[in-house]
Amino acid sequence: MTPDMAGMTTSGGEAFLFWVLAPLMVLAALGLLFVRRAVHAALCIVFVMVSLAIMYIASSAPFLGVVQVVVYTGAVMMLFLFVLMLVGVDASDSLTETIRGQRWIGLLLGLGLAVVLIGVVSQAAFRPGTPLTEDQVANPVGLARVLFGDYVLAMETVGVLLVTAAMGALMLTHRRRLEPKRTQRYVAEQRVKALPEGGTLTPLPAPGVYAQTNAMDVPALGPDGRPLEHSVSRVLRIRGQEKAAPASLVETGPAGEVSTVRTGTDGGEDA
Amino acid sequence: MDITNYVVLACILFAIGATTVLLRRNAIVVFMGVELMLNATNLVFVTFARIHGDLTGQVLAFFVMVVAAAEVVVGLAIIVTIFRTRRSASVDDVNLLHG
Repeated sequence: MTPDMAGMTTSGGEAFLFWVLAPLMVLAALGLLFVRRAVHAALCIVFVMVSLAIMYIASSAPFLGVVQVVVYTGAVMMLFLFVLMLVGVDASDSLTETIRGQRWIGLLLGLGLAVVLIGVVSQAAFRPGTPLTEDQVANPVGLARVLFGDYVLAMETVGVLLVTAAMGALMLTHRRRLEPKRTQRYVAEQRVKALPEGGTLTPLPAPGVYAQTNAMDVPALGPDGRPLEHSVSRVLRIRGQEKAAPASLVETGPAGEVSTVRTGTDGGEDA
Repeated sequence: MDITNYVVLACILFAIGATTVLLRRNAIVVFMGVELMLNATNLVFVTFARIHGDLTGQVLAFFVMVVAAAEVVVGLAIIVTIFRTRRSASVDDVNLLHG
């Protein structure tokens, strides 16, 4: 972290760090270009951002390194992952080209941009100034002096910007309620109204609780020992994935009644 | 090692980000490309602050981070709204100005 005296060259340790991190960062960034799933792209970007934070700390900007981790990987990328969760994790790209030749033109433009930028940087001669002093690097006081001294107006404006952005996000994602809210009172009244048509006042019984197993696909047994078909999820019933109640618990009595026995293995369930 | 290697790395990252914006269809991945470009510029700011021994570059990188955070919030809100109405996050599907 010590600023070197020559101004334009780095220490050996930092060079090692750079040559380890830089190829990995470029690979991860290329992953953004070639990976199919958006979640994998997000992970690639997280790797690039954490590596950038390490580089900031190495190149005498420890405060920015910490802010990079907190703001970018902590807040921004988590927001990305939240939105991916909302939109659907498996929303992968379509590979059909809507504009003909877009892929090759895009690649060509990107390569051209890289060549131009690197050409300019390698041709330019940088005039080394005075390196940052140890005191400037070690504590953020100098940074705060510039931030709240020279750029105080920009700082205030950025505050307004943040509030505006929060309000904008609230406005954009706000949904107007189209139907009346389902309150507890409404649900209770609907249940009472549905009583003549065979509805129940109580919630549906949970599956499997009174049976031998606790599985979702086994119907519960009522107090009379009959399996309660409607205790199994409707989806499982439609798919035909419902299992019969344990045979050992259900047996038809002599008078056609259903009774429960503990040991019988030949009982059929005919409820 | 020459310090300008950092700038070269930033150039490569910026170009990859720009290519991502040009090539990918998923709006969220396109947005990640924009973030990559912003990060690359931040690396340039930090490197030049080091070369010139001036903390202003670091302050500007800090501002870029704050503005990027605000931009992400609004952009992702727009993507969520578009997804709600059109059931798709592909930039190709948003070809009508109404709706």
